[in-house]
Amino acid sequence: MNSTVSDQYRALADQAERARDRQKPGEKILIQIGSATCENAAGSVDVLDEFRKHIAASGREDIVLRRTGCTGRCSREPIVGILVPGKMPVKYERVDRPLVHEIFTRHILQGEPVLARILDGPLEKLSQHEILTCQSNRCGWEGAESLQTALARRLGDLGITPDQVRITAASCFGACGLNQLGTCSHMLVRPDKVLYRVYNEDDLDEILQEHVIHGHTVDRLKVVEKTVGRKFFEMYGDVAFFNRQSRIALRHNGIIDPESIDEYFHYRGFQALSTVLSKGDPQWVIDEVTKARLRGRGGGGYPTGQKWSMAAKAAEKTRYIICNADEGDPGAFMDRSMLESDPFNVVEGMIIGGYAIGANRGFFYIRAEYPMAIRRIDGAIRQCRERGLLGKNILGSGFDFDLEIRLGAGAFVCGEETALIHSIEGERGQPRIRPPYPTESGLWGKPTVINNVETFANITAIVNYGAGWFSRIGTAASGGTKVFALAGKILHTGLVEVPMGTTLREIVYEIGGGVAGGKQLKAVQTGGPAGGCIPAKWLDTPVDFDTLAKAGSIMGSGGMIVLDEDDCAVDIARFFMTFSQDESCGKCTPCREGTTRLLEILDRITQGTGTLADLEKLERLAKLIKKSSLCGLGRAAPNPVLSTLEHFRDEYIAHVTQQRCPAKKCVALVHYEISAEKCVGCTVCARNCPVTCITGARREAHIIDQVRCIKCGRCFEVCRFDAVQRL
Amino acid sequence: MNTTTDNWHEVETTARRILGDEIVAHIDQCRQTSEPQSHLIGVLHKIQAQHGYLAEAHLDAVAQLMQIPAAKVAGVASFYHYYRLQPRGRFLINICLGTACYVKGADRVAQKLIEELGIQFGETSTDGVFTLEGSRCLGTCGLAPVLMIDNEVHAQVTPDQVPVILEKYLSRVRRESHASSGPTGSLTPLRRLP
Repeated sequence: MNSTVSDQYRALADQAERARDRQKPGEKILIQIGSATCENAAGSVDVLDEFRKHIAASGREDIVLRRTGCTGRCSREPIVGILVPGKMPVKYERVDRPLVHEIFTRHILQGEPVLARILDGPLEKLSQHEILTCQSNRCGWEGAESLQTALARRLGDLGITPDQVRITAASCFGACGLNQLGTCSHMLVRPDKVLYRVYNEDDLDEILQEHVIHGHTVDRLKVVEKTVGRKFFEMYGDVAFFNRQSRIALRHNGIIDPESIDEYFHYRGFQALSTVLSKGDPQWVIDEVTKARLRGRGGGGYPTGQKWSMAAKAAEKTRYIICNADEGDPGAFMDRSMLESDPFNVVEGMIIGGYAIGANRGFFYIRAEYPMAIRRIDGAIRQCRERGLLGKNILGSGFDFDLEIRLGAGAFVCGEETALIHSIEGERGQPRIRPPYPTESGLWGKPTVINNVETFANITAIVNYGAGWFSRIGTAASGGTKVFALAGKILHTGLVEVPMGTTLREIVYEIGGGVAGGKQLKAVQTGGPAGGCIPAKWLDTPVDFDTLAKAGSIMGSGGMIVLDEDDCAVDIARFFMTFSQDESCGKCTPCREGTTRLLEILDRITQGTGTLADLEKLERLAKLIKKSSLCGLGRAAPNPVLSTLEHFRDEYIAHVTQQRCPAKKCVALVHYEISAEKCVGCTVCARNCPVTCITGARREAHIIDQVRCIKCGRCFEVCRFDAVQRL
Repeated sequence: MNTTTDNWHEVETTARRILGDEIVAHIDQCRQTSEPQSHLIGVLHKIQAQHGYLAEAHLDAVAQLMQIPAAKVAGVASFYHYYRLQPRGRFLINICLGTACYVKGADRVAQKLIEELGIQFGETSTDGVFTLEGSRCLGTCGLAPVLMIDNEVHAQVTPDQVPVILEKYLSRVRRESHASSGPTGSLTPLRRLP
């Protein structure tokens, strides 16, 4: 142990804590406003401005505005949290200027929350207490029934109503890492933020009697450690979308101010770095990461410990570490969220990685399309340099390390590691044949480790909470959690972090709230343009690198697009092929020419001019490209075609033999007709038709001229009597 | 790294005229680092941010100053989608064509934009106000379909909203030209590049 390192760390942490204490956060009313690309797009800048005006007008000095990143609850943004000391934290959804006024006057000034606009509300009444029970199978207690059932029964016995105490089932608080594994269960009492260990019924009774009824904390059972999920559940534990998640990589998202290093220190920031540097043994870090069974979150799933170990063993001593933040998969935005909402965590993960492999320089390769992520990482790097956490002799350990940002320029192929290296070198981002792998010969020919943002975001948690704890979350082959970007035809879009091995059904229905608009789920597309479609009948597939591969898809970076009955499998395959064909770098023939030909065939099929022989060609060509392309982009590009051919072959056949699109999506294969029985002659369709091909007198059935119709579907959308039919 | 040539003074003067002092100073800084050529992509980003696009003259000046073959500079500039080799309009419309936006109807919003503006992707409207581009993914999938105009993001856009959104920017142009050229000011592009 190196005491210089821990002393220096202590001094920095104390300095940060003092700076934070000067703001007296415990005594003030906090207004938390989401600030990230998505939050701003939803209008959070206006909301912030409006609150600022209200605070100024009220003349109150005990109300503080605080910026946080995003929690990943996209469809409800902007989200505002109101934290009144001693009261339950209240979050509001879709806040706009008028609502700000209401929140300010009613909730903040008069103490009455605006129940109608509460996140995932409306609520009829806020309960005085809320008890969250752990649902993780790693928790266990002596009671015969589950903790939640026992709790509900005891509350009933004591005559306590749901108005007084609300019970919520939550995911893991992360307390199971603290040696009592399996002997006790956990529950969190809000708003007092007390986490209890519950071994048996007597403990439960004591907590209810002492804490809930008399207001005294039961110190004997209180968990004093700062567990991983705790802060998150203290804030968001009552929201169904959140409390089924296990947040590790996203544990600070929506909680801390992403632009303040002082705040990051308060949440155990740089403690992992201090632990690592004071141990003074890079091999220890690599062993921990290996034991944690952390696998690369960028898509490949390569064991991180193994990758680090290869670079650390290289004879060449000049080595580099790169964070791949060129999040190019359409449909994935978790990296952006982590960079914008918790940048220091990613930076700390990189410094630790650099130390483990013996690198003195690291690079963030961020796509230029993410200006706010670039700004936040730049700010984080600057603040780390000011505190001596980057630069020479970090924390007095003798370890020198610095970070630079390099920008991507909109080339999907640069997510491939050799292409990314070429791009940092200032070249065209074209991949090369591997081996040699970058760990042997990478950036400027030196050993280089490239990891994804999410991989780095997990490193600090592994060091702080232990490799054993991390590996127990997840499956036998891969430890920890995975963040998914849930989007498409789903009720709740947003970021979902769940243990590896969680089923698609749990993600889509329990967290995502199912398909929007009461439609039938058709498939879940995972892994972006390199992935495939998993049909509804396979929803019970546990999500893991290996299981998804078996189902003909890939984990990829975690994009998860939900498709419903209105989406056509052939059209989706064509959509991804358009993308891959456009993004093919052109270096190898199978990918450059092959994707073009695949796209031509798919175009023919969606136009209704394909033949059965085309399906055979499609399959043969797809397999050929998969086998013979140079890099991952080409090898994975046919996946959407192959997986839809496997699971939705009947749709392909309908397109080529009957010129029919079962989902009624392919424009060339549908037409619109007006039902004479249903049409009331309101003329709305005729007035909205861009080519004026609908005729008919007022109060008489209208007719579409099929020759002139451009099939834009406008009439179908505007008809209020369901008279226009898509056939 | 010794990168000066015997006509360096002339090279630098020309570059200053074409790129501006700030960018020349930035390139100078890059030349001091251990891997000067690796900064090419960053330099091109800076030029595009300042000038709106990368003209042939810009690329030549960069090649000279950074001592990188002009063919390579042009190769890099044309490889990456983010770089524009044609002048852009006053406002850059970027419609997200990612998967989430696609399944939520971005194709119909795109069609509406094409109709309203009378231009295709990659083109600039004749009045020089709008340039239309498609983006692979803007990373705000939860708000699909998404449209970004310069740095402002418009969420959950429907085809019907397109004219309203465009009008907002058109009126901004009118206001700006009104302020700069008096009451007779007409709708002219504010920044048409050489």
